[in-house]
Amino acid sequence: MTQEGGFITTKLDAIVGWSRKYSLFIYPFVTACCGMEYMSVSCAHYDLDRFGAAYPRFTPRQSDLLMVTGTVNHKIAPVLKKVWEQMADPKWVIAFGVCATSGGFYDNYATVQGIDRIIPVDVYIGGCPPRPEMVMEGIMLLQKKIAASKQELF
Amino acid sequence: MSVETALLKLIKEKFSHYIISTHSFRNDDTIVINKEALKQVMSFLKNDKITQFDMLIDVTAVDYLGSAPRFEVVYHLLSIPLRQRLRVKVPITEEEPALDSVTSIWPGANWFEREVFDMFGIRFNGHPSLKRILMYEQFEGHPLRKDYPLKKQQPIVPLRDVKTKY
Repeated sequence: MTQEGGFITTKLDAIVGWSRKYSLFIYPFVTACCGMEYMSVSCAHYDLDRFGAAYPRFTPRQSDLLMVTGTVNHKIAPVLKKVWEQMADPKWVIAFGVCATSGGFYDNYATVQGIDRIIPVDVYIGGCPPRPEMVMEGIMLLQKKIAASKQELF
Repeated sequence: MSVETALLKLIKEKFSHYIISTHSFRNDDTIVINKEALKQVMSFLKNDKITQFDMLIDVTAVDYLGSAPRFEVVYHLLSIPLRQRLRVKVPITEEEPALDSVTSIWPGANWFEREVFDMFGIRFNGHPSLKRILMYEQFEGHPLRKDYPLKKQQPIVPLRDVKTKY
């Protein structure tokens, strides 16, 4: 291979997936105490930047990963749905913590029994709250899923 | 029932007609009063030199479903200058779940009374804006009443069908 004529061959899907999985812009939808854990995992000590998922965007229009962090009740469910609808494709959703996953122990009049009743979810992270390591594992699982999926080009 | 404190003695003497009972469990003074005398007793407790209960800590309610009267509205008072506390309970019947608002005495009662209205359906006459504070407007019923079904939910957005696999 000469210096001028260097090239690599790959599938379009693979290279688009590779670039997408390392540029996750997170929208933190923080409603409860899991937010502390999200702050911990996204700051310097655990350094989500290593996964290309460090930068929180506080507008859904500029983000592609919706992290629902905390309990979602029926009063805020329309807001969650609107935020999700405003995100541009491609977009992914992580249910952060057991309340977002299944309602947790809030099996009562107020709480949505898992955000997948409102919007589709890609990765569920259990725990009350999850350890930062669990969150990082969830992000790595999502990256695997993104890399392996058929890439829609818009 | 322990020794009656000076505070309870004073209130009992002043409002003997309206007081249903009093007790003082481990210096935790409590009076139970008629709802007709609520405002009169409360403004005395706030303004009198001997009591000076200038702070309303909380207003809440209890649903004793199956017994009459069904509800009891509970007020917690604190006197900051005199460093004493008092609990005031007001029995409320199921047929007429309403009593006077104390927002004219303590403005801080506004949101407490809205919460009690939201959760128990007890109305406060004279409240400036008695509407739901925690639940949404479309919500039907009052969730902390004991006859509200434990897991009954009232979603605003239609729920997706989720097939659960174990």
